[in-house]
Amino acid sequence: MIGTSLRWELNAFVGFIERQKNLYRRYWLWEAVWLLYNLVSVLSIGYLAAGLSTLGLTPGQANLHQTQLYLLVGALLWTYLSLVFFEIAFAITWERWEGTIEYTFMAPIKRLTHLLGISAASLIYGIARTAAIGIALIFFFKLDLSHANWLSALAIFAAATLPLLGLGIFTSVLPLLSPEKGEQMAFAVQGVLLLISGVYYPISVLPAPLHVVGILSPLTYTLNGVREALLHGLSPAGALPDIGVLLLMGVILVPASVWCFNRAEVRAKRLGLLKRSG
Amino acid sequence: MAIKASELNTAAVELHGISKRFAQSARRPFGRRKVNKEKLALDQVSMHVDTGRITGILGANGSGKSTLIRILATLMTPDAGTASVFGYDVVTQPDSVRRHINRVSVEASFFKEMSPWENMLYAARLYGSGGKGTRARVEGMLERLGLPLDTLDKPMKQLSRGQQQKVAIARSFLTSPSLLLMDEPTTGLDPRSKREVQELVRSIRRDRAATVLLCTHDLEEAEVLCDHVLVLDLGRVLAEGTPAELIREHAGEVGGSLEDAFMKLTGKRLEEDEEAKDE
Repeated sequence: MIGTSLRWELNAFVGFIERQKNLYRRYWLWEAVWLLYNLVSVLSIGYLAAGLSTLGLTPGQANLHQTQLYLLVGALLWTYLSLVFFEIAFAITWERWEGTIEYTFMAPIKRLTHLLGISAASLIYGIARTAAIGIALIFFFKLDLSHANWLSALAIFAAATLPLLGLGIFTSVLPLLSPEKGEQMAFAVQGVLLLISGVYYPISVLPAPLHVVGILSPLTYTLNGVREALLHGLSPAGALPDIGVLLLMGVILVPASVWCFNRAEVRAKRLGLLKRSG
Repeated sequence: MAIKASELNTAAVELHGISKRFAQSARRPFGRRKVNKEKLALDQVSMHVDTGRITGILGANGSGKSTLIRILATLMTPDAGTASVFGYDVVTQPDSVRRHINRVSVEASFFKEMSPWENMLYAARLYGSGGKGTRARVEGMLERLGLPLDTLDKPMKQLSRGQQQKVAIARSFLTSPSLLLMDEPTTGLDPRSKREVQELVRSIRRDRAATVLLCTHDLEEAEVLCDHVLVLDLGRVLAEGTPAELIREHAGEVGGSLEDAFMKLTGKRLEEDEEAKDE
């Protein structure tokens, strides 16, 4: 019985990944535009750092190179983190637009399967798109990653997956509960994450209240840790504190966000909000 | 999913005193305060639907038909009363209910850029299939519905509304529901597509022994298709019976129609309602 149920849920899980793959393929032109947009954004940040020397802000070539690397790693990671966050947080909005929200919500599957299926597809797509941009960067800039510890970077990157899913699922509650304003609120959350998580600067430069919020953001530890690993060769042992914090945040955020989503679904069903837009 | 033998003796649908209200809010012009009103969508609705029959729900816009269907589809919870599908409560046992039902709504719910095949594969996955042989099953189904096979891989948005509705019905067949909830499946279709969809509804009962709950505006359709009809108005069941019984008891004259019975019961004509909706 458990085996049958598990097979049923696994089948649906594959269905969500397959569906997302088909949607990416069918909207390929938009995806190409977003890829180009992301690439141009990251390149602009890289050239911004390179241009600093022309402004007379050059205390030493090594520092400029480090600054460029610092900013590029931030920009590249933000591309990934924001994309995965967006895909999960806007999964409900997307289904409202398409008019399929009722069909998906009346399917005989666990909500956890639904959320994890969308999340898995987002992670795969996020990694693929970020890798494409990362490869392009190699051709545009002379990046010195000779000190990088790739194992530490990958371990932190992997540990960041859980809290990132949790944040995305939490935010997806907003469009679920508010068909009119939830989408805007989700965009606002994404903007705040960009501000407080130290994407382009250390969070120590933020005013005290924002600094405190930054400490609570899992993205801060992801960006910090991966940067340390790529720029200064942080060892796997040295990465453990960041990995520990990220895993702890994930262990709290994922179940909490799924619980919150389930509560929101109950409320949405009471208020009649599980319906298409327009 | 096919119903178990033990469920065959249970009513397909059983409602007791179902009520549902919606809060309606609107901003006052040039003001910031909201005006809150309440609309009673369903008022103490009770009904019983036997297994294996086509039951029609007739009502004008705003009569509560869609709310009723959404409650049975586990997409909405009632404020009061109980609703069950094959003995499973829609609020406390939604997973069991969902395994027995599927829905065809007035607006086809599809990913418009994806093809019929991709949409149906997604549906199959959600309902426990989707492996080898699914493509052949889908092709067979669409062929039976008279859809050219070259539409299978075109984006849904390139299909006509009639074709989209046929795909919606084929998708519901794919999951073998014991109860099919059809919310105005022929609204907006041209006469030929309408006739084809109606023939499909007949074949569901004939070939699959499924129960169909059909919400419709179309009195002629209800008269031809339904074994049993409920007239719903302003959230209340005004009358129920076979089309012949309703005509006999409420049409008021020899040779009367279901439309006459509907008018007598509600004081409205459905065509007027449709015209108002179009405007």
